[in-house]
Amino acid sequence: MAVCIAVIAKENYPLYIRSVPSQSELKFHYTVHTSLDVVEEKISAVGKAMADQRELYLGLLYPTEDYKVYGYVTNSKVKFVIVVDSSNTSLRDNEIRSMFRKLHNSFTDVMCNPFYNPGDPIQSKAFDSMVSGMMVQAC
Amino acid sequence: MSPTQWDLPPELCCRPMAFVALTGLDVVYNAIHRAIWDAFCANRRADRVPISFKVLPGDHEYPKCRTKRTSYEWYIPKGILKTGWMNKHLNLVPALVVLFYELDWDDPQWKEKQSECATKVEIVRTSLQGRNTKVAVVLIQKKTPLPPGEDLVASERASALCNACDLSGKSLFVLPHTDHLVGYIIRLENAFYEHAQTYYYNEIRRVKSHKEFLNKTTHQLLFVRHQFKIAFFSELKQDTQNALKHYRTAYSLVHELRAHETNMLEIKTMAGFINYKVCRLCFQHNTPLDAIAQFRKHIDLCKKKIGSAELAFEHTAWMSKQFQSFGDLFDEAIKLGLTAIQTQNPGFYYQQAAYYAQERKQQAAHLCNHEQSTSYPSPDPLETPSGALDFYGQRAWRQGHQSIDPPDPEREKAGILALQVKEKGVLHSELIIALLSNAVAQFKKYKCPRMKSHLMVQMGEEYYHAKDYNKALKLLDYVMCEYRTERWWTLLTSILSTALKCSYLMGYIKDYITYSMELVGRASTLREEQKSRIEKNLIKVLMNEAPEPEPDCDPASVKAAQAHWIDRGSLDKDNLFTIEVQDYIPFVQCKAKFLSPSFHVDDPVQLHVYLKADCPHPVRFSKLCVSLSNQEYNQYCHVEEPCKAKDILEPSSQANMCLIPGKTRKYCFTFVAKTEDVGKKIEITAVDLMLGSESGRCVYLNWRGGGGDAASAHEAVQAARSFKRRTRLPEQQVDWDTVSIQTSTMIISRVPRISVQLHHDPPALTNEMYCITVTIQSEEDTVARDVKVTAGLKPGQDANLTQTTHVTLSSTEVCDDTHPALLTDIPIGDLQPREKIERSFYVRCVSTGSRIFLFHVSYAMSTTVEGKEITCKCHKDETVTIETVTPFEVAFKFVSIKFENLDRVYVDIPFLLMMDILSMSPWPLHLVSSQLQLAPTMTAIDRPQSQVEGVVLQTSECASECFCLKCPPVLNGTSTVASGQYIISWKRKSAHAETPVVNSVIILPHVVVEAIPLYVHAELPSYGRVRESLPVRYHIENRTGLVQEVEMSVEPSDAFMFSGLKQVRLRILPGTEQEMLYNFYPLMAGYQTLPQLNINLLRFPNVSSQLLRRFLPARIFVKPQGRQADASIAAA
Repeated sequence: MAVCIAVIAKENYPLYIRSVPSQSELKFHYTVHTSLDVVEEKISAVGKAMADQRELYLGLLYPTEDYKVYGYVTNSKVKFVIVVDSSNTSLRDNEIRSMFRKLHNSFTDVMCNPFYNPGDPIQSKAFDSMVSGMMVQAC
Repeated sequence: MSPTQWDLPPELCCRPMAFVALTGLDVVYNAIHRAIWDAFCANRRADRVPISFKVLPGDHEYPKCRTKRTSYEWYIPKGILKTGWMNKHLNLVPALVVLFYELDWDDPQWKEKQSECATKVEIVRTSLQGRNTKVAVVLIQKKTPLPPGEDLVASERASALCNACDLSGKSLFVLPHTDHLVGYIIRLENAFYEHAQTYYYNEIRRVKSHKEFLNKTTHQLLFVRHQFKIAFFSELKQDTQNALKHYRTAYSLVHELRAHETNMLEIKTMAGFINYKVCRLCFQHNTPLDAIAQFRKHIDLCKKKIGSAELAFEHTAWMSKQFQSFGDLFDEAIKLGLTAIQTQNPGFYYQQAAYYAQERKQQAAHLCNHEQSTSYPSPDPLETPSGALDFYGQRAWRQGHQSIDPPDPEREKAGILALQVKEKGVLHSELIIALLSNAVAQFKKYKCPRMKSHLMVQMGEEYYHAKDYNKALKLLDYVMCEYRTERWWTLLTSILSTALKCSYLMGYIKDYITYSMELVGRASTLREEQKSRIEKNLIKVLMNEAPEPEPDCDPASVKAAQAHWIDRGSLDKDNLFTIEVQDYIPFVQCKAKFLSPSFHVDDPVQLHVYLKADCPHPVRFSKLCVSLSNQEYNQYCHVEEPCKAKDILEPSSQANMCLIPGKTRKYCFTFVAKTEDVGKKIEITAVDLMLGSESGRCVYLNWRGGGGDAASAHEAVQAARSFKRRTRLPEQQVDWDTVSIQTSTMIISRVPRISVQLHHDPPALTNEMYCITVTIQSEEDTVARDVKVTAGLKPGQDANLTQTTHVTLSSTEVCDDTHPALLTDIPIGDLQPREKIERSFYVRCVSTGSRIFLFHVSYAMSTTVEGKEITCKCHKDETVTIETVTPFEVAFKFVSIKFENLDRVYVDIPFLLMMDILSMSPWPLHLVSSQLQLAPTMTAIDRPQSQVEGVVLQTSECASECFCLKCPPVLNGTSTVASGQYIISWKRKSAHAETPVVNSVIILPHVVVEAIPLYVHAELPSYGRVRESLPVRYHIENRTGLVQEVEMSVEPSDAFMFSGLKQVRLRILPGTEQEMLYNFYPLMAGYQTLPQLNINLLRFPNVSSQLLRRFLPARIFVKPQGRQADASIAAA
């Protein structure tokens, strides 16, 4: 399960960041922010013509000693980042993919809300509880 | 930095090369020896064999060889690897000792020299007692040797020398020091290299041979040691594949060792060494993935092997070093051509190294916080008799000790304390910063700007911890804007907080104010009470007082800072700061706007400035001024209200100059634009807001342009997109989001109060003088002076239109190419109020199509604006699009006398030219006259006279006229000739009487003229009557210079009886005419076809009777027989 989940706007500013409370929130912010380097590079590596067929899931962005950072980019260039503890080896790629899919679906619901202004921070309760379900439960 | 305990020993990091000692060379005093030595060691390129040479004296003492053990049965090893071992084999124990000796084959004192040489060899051998080191002799000779086999003396003496020195023939070399010294040397060293290889090969076999004596219980350490040694010798032998294999074995063996707290450091040290070697060789073999995999494995295996908890910092130091040295290896491989990628580059390893260094620092701080009184233990437990350790990774106070528990708990305690005290003295920050800056350099290379920024923040924070606040500020300030533009407020706030602390501790007022401003503003994610604290500090600074110290600062630095602030406060100068805020997100937002994108010069210009504060407490400012592009207006755009000190502290929310948090305040300015600025733009160049007071300390917040800061553009976009219903605000309050910045306005001329009307009858007809009447009426209250009209084709249209359009004022003459397309500035004079004036313009359009005409009326008048008298220039433009159409179309056709269409005409035979004039004009056309101007190739039968004179054509009516013409003979039978031209004089019927007549010239088409050999024409009455004789006379004319034979026949007809020659053949002389007379007797009334006359020309078979029949009438009208009654009717 994730230790940090973030939604980043097309212009690379955070729309939503949630991390486990046990560790420094700031550190996760930095982790997510720096992972955008790789995301940007991966997006730009896919040629303009191929952009339509690009897979949304970007896979493991980069491994650090402590965390694994995974990325996902929607067609509208909104980025999802999931940070997983490195020690959590049981988590398979498929599970990460399905987490991203769930996240994307929930994000789509947020966007469908006529009262949500795209580009504003996400404050939806439904989204929040969905994210909570994917986070490591602090005990 | 001096090498620390954690640095890898240089002998481990170097590339092992075979060691060859050279003796008998006097490189100081002997020039020849010097040259030989230089040839060996100077400028060694990569293609030379890898040998490290050393010059040693002949009687050099080599390290003693310990007596070889015959059995390991009772032997218990004391450690894994001796610290001196690698160095010994790299630099002390040679693989080969070469003795240089000057001796020519024909030396007169051969015997003596031979024995001297043998003695020297003996000395070397003795000092190498017990080693397998080879000895070789090189004879330095003055003479070039003869080819082998030819010099009998030489070969004899060589074998004698070999015997004397107990050398094999392969170990004796000759070096003639002639021209090709380097060439000889290269051959020599290749031979040395072979000897060295054999030596190392034997050494490897020797080490391997020990294996059978070892047992797994007591000799575990030796397994590692031997594998390491084999690998190292393989490296010396340049057999890197085998070296790698043995290092890998050694690595797995090292982890099989029983690990406990006492030997953990030794195991980790050796594991680190071997790992280093493995990774290094993997990179060297161009298998970087293997290197990375090995390193990952190494880290995973060792991460948890912390060892003694009291010395936990040792583990992190070691981990840091592991990452650093791997980063170095990786970087080195890249320099040698390896390509790294964004997600796998040395930066990550340096970063991790830095992370462990930080960890180490924390652990050190935690574990080494002894009381001041704790002193370094004495005697120094870290002292060893030799000054160095015997084995790598062991404790100085219990060297060689391999049991699980420390032998002496007291000494153990003292040792740990000594290490802790030492650790306290380490400059951790320096280490961390060095590693971070290494990482920054790497990430810069691999396109990771955000990672780079993050590391720079860490560097900045580390400098802050190291109390180098200046450097910290520089770094933080540098990266801050990246987080600001990317809108990561949490991160920005964290950086700003550190920067604020630095600027406080350094007493940098301007920086302090800048950071505070941003931290209390809307981009900051600080809690309200912290914002409130910072704002209070900010107000203190504005009042020239020292602020409260920031929390969590180093107490000593705070003390120094307080002194700084007091110093700063006492200074009178340098108390005015201007902060350009549009690149920050200050706590006051500003938006300036002109109320309209343009103002008429006779209206006052209105400018509003909106201010809003985002800080927790109200703020009082003392001055607001707007700078405009024309500085003369600045004086009208500022408000000032000097405030007293107490106002700053407790601003009353009622005051004009006080900003209440969250409320938008509006300031209005108006001024009258100057008449010179008509047509110019006025721009807001800056808005300045002054905080504080001039007597104390004042700060100008300066917004370039019309306000807005680093975040406002995005906010405006979001606000515009938002569907949120705006809350209704009470009177005079504005919703901030609805205000948009308008930085410039245009000063435009006064609205003209004048009417310009155009009268004309479109469309215009090509070439006519089209009349447009302009009526100008003044609606001004005062005199409009200097009225001028510019009329004509509007500039900026197709260039061809300028060529084909002409404008004139005079109606009498038809204008031509000399007239312009646009008449400019026609003076009209003054216009009194309500006065009306009319002018006519005549336009001639030579081509069809639509044109835009411009009528520009300008004048000047005086008026007053807000009590100021100004003279305004006004103008009014009126444009009209006029279509030009062709007035009529003229169609021509050539017809025969019988009105049959002709595609060609015949010489001297009359024909008709018919014109049809079709009116296309929507207006009636008056055709004044028409005229036919014939070309010389055509003549008129009679005087051609216009038949359409005075005709008026309505739309799509057609007028026709026709002229009878003939062509004089042409030169050769057929040719195309010009016909001349046709001129129609016309004008518009409805137009004014004085409109001039327009002559349109139409070129007549060319026509084909052909000569014919025979011409036939008939003479007959215009009608016949039933049963009355009808005489018909046919004239047959020969037009050639030849006698013509003609066959003629008349075909019978039902309608006629006739008399005359029915069929005849006759001859006609050149130029003469034959007459044939027939009497027809009509039988039926009505239009009757005449009996057909067939003519055949025997000489001109191509002239058919068909053609000739054209010239003859085909039918005739036959009246019925007259009656008597008819005459009476006629009489009646």
